[in-house]
Amino acid sequence: MITPAEITKLAQLSRIKLTDADTQSLVKEFDSILGYIDQLKKVDVSLDTEGRVGAIKNIMRPDIAEDTSPADREKLLAEAPRREGDFVAVKKIIAQD
Amino acid sequence: MPMNIDLKNLTIAKAQDALKKGEFTSVQLTQAYLDQIALKNKDINAYLEVYGDALKAAAHADELIKAGQAGPLTGIPLAIKDNILVKGKIASASSKILENYHATYNATVISKLGRERMVFLGRTNMDEFAMGGSTENSAFGVTKNPHDTSRVAGGSSGGSAAAVAMDGALCALGSDTGGSIRQPASFCGVVGLKPTYGAVSRYGVMAMGSSLDQIGPFTKTVEDSEILFNAIRGVDVHDSTTITEETYSPARIGAKKPVIGVPRDFLKGDGIDPAMLAAFEKSLAVLKGKGYEIKDISLPNISYSLMVYYVLMPAEVSSNMARFDGVKYGLYVDGADGIADYFETRGAGFGREVIRRVLLGTYVLSSGYYDAYYNRANAVRAMITEDFNKAFQSVDIIATPTTPSAAFKIGEKTADPVAMYLEDIFTVTANLTGMPALSIPCGTTTIDGKELPLGLQLSGRHGDEKTLFEAGKDYEGQ
Repeated sequence: MITPAEITKLAQLSRIKLTDADTQSLVKEFDSILGYIDQLKKVDVSLDTEGRVGAIKNIMRPDIAEDTSPADREKLLAEAPRREGDFVAVKKIIAQD
Repeated sequence: MPMNIDLKNLTIAKAQDALKKGEFTSVQLTQAYLDQIALKNKDINAYLEVYGDALKAAAHADELIKAGQAGPLTGIPLAIKDNILVKGKIASASSKILENYHATYNATVISKLGRERMVFLGRTNMDEFAMGGSTENSAFGVTKNPHDTSRVAGGSSGGSAAAVAMDGALCALGSDTGGSIRQPASFCGVVGLKPTYGAVSRYGVMAMGSSLDQIGPFTKTVEDSEILFNAIRGVDVHDSTTITEETYSPARIGAKKPVIGVPRDFLKGDGIDPAMLAAFEKSLAVLKGKGYEIKDISLPNISYSLMVYYVLMPAEVSSNMARFDGVKYGLYVDGADGIADYFETRGAGFGREVIRRVLLGTYVLSSGYYDAYYNRANAVRAMITEDFNKAFQSVDIIATPTTPSAAFKIGEKTADPVAMYLEDIFTVTANLTGMPALSIPCGTTTIDGKELPLGLQLSGRHGDEKTLFEAGKDYEGQ
């Protein structure tokens, strides 16, 4: 079934740091969960592949930026772990020569 | 002034009447609940936080009541699941990643109930980001069942259900993605409603499975459920999935009373407690006695519901959880560089079940597996919905037990994720089809000398909560 390397790959894609112990137990849990959902492969799928939940349709609106008041902006920025002035701060992602 | 209010038998309807007649004030009522919380929350852990301004809100409600301006919910104390935003208050979704996050705006349901001048008592415990069926996945401890503290309150909205059951709130809000309102309501002996998909705006509720999530009420009676549902429903420009009252036009089959269908084949599984089945049959007999026609129906693909759910839900979870990156809000853990920050933050901030579902979702969506899992699950979802639509051509309500058994022991199912997932077997279908479903207490079973509540689930056509309320009220009047 699933290998520890595959779990590590999924964790890489999901941007989650796992310990070795986490990886080991996830291998076991995945086997049990996939064993269960694999039963879906037995279904004779005769309908189209579009999922439908009642009468749902797309709702459009004009793509216009709405201004945020300075007070609201401050509330949003106050939640950021790192900020510089009116900006959310992140680490540099482009290396300089 | 201390006041003896009979909280046990109080309903929203009775409380509103008493408030208007001046039998007690909202401040006295709110204080009575705060006293119960102070007494019981240490054992039950229903609330993560009790708001310091509840009495102030109650005093304001009292002014409106005195001035004759009260609505049906003015001054009524409410508990709120911790994944629903109340401006300025912490909303953690019981996760370490949002432990210190303050909501910057109100969820639409909170704006609506705030305008009604309801009294917000506090925020309730839940499985982290609503992922679980027992509230054992909370980063802040399990919620215990008020009927037997060695057992779970259910989940994911376990705190909201337990708050109402322990008389720590007259009503509460929860969210339901696969049964997270109905299952804890059933375990705690209260009424829980998962409305039609789109009936209630999700703006300001933390998304888990966006094609499945709905907000709904916990109450002590069906009448109260209807009152609270009517106050929170409606179109919202901030949630494009919301529907109008005209979106669906459910047509009744039964001339006098709704016709009830029972999917007998689905009730034959081994995992269903005989006590649950006995209580279920007894409930059907009660409804039959009230003039309801009961007939057998067949839902050919219903046995695949839970498998479909455990493909689609993690897929949606994996994308909804991507926003927690330590940049805009919430926990931040310093790493070696920008990308390591994500790994450290998410690894430290997310609990085991959240990680399991994010990885599972990533797996079923990854190239090579997409057709085998995600696309196939969507197709089977459509087949299940067709089964229900066909069944609703000859019945008005489909009845099942809400859960396979009464509340289980704390720790009983934590080692086996599939055993935990099987808890949702009767509830997930309403989320997959988008149809409404109501759980009503239907008796008890005695285990180890404790009386544990059981739940009857009634589900209906899209947009037809009304028929569920009608049958629920008839049933309660037994």
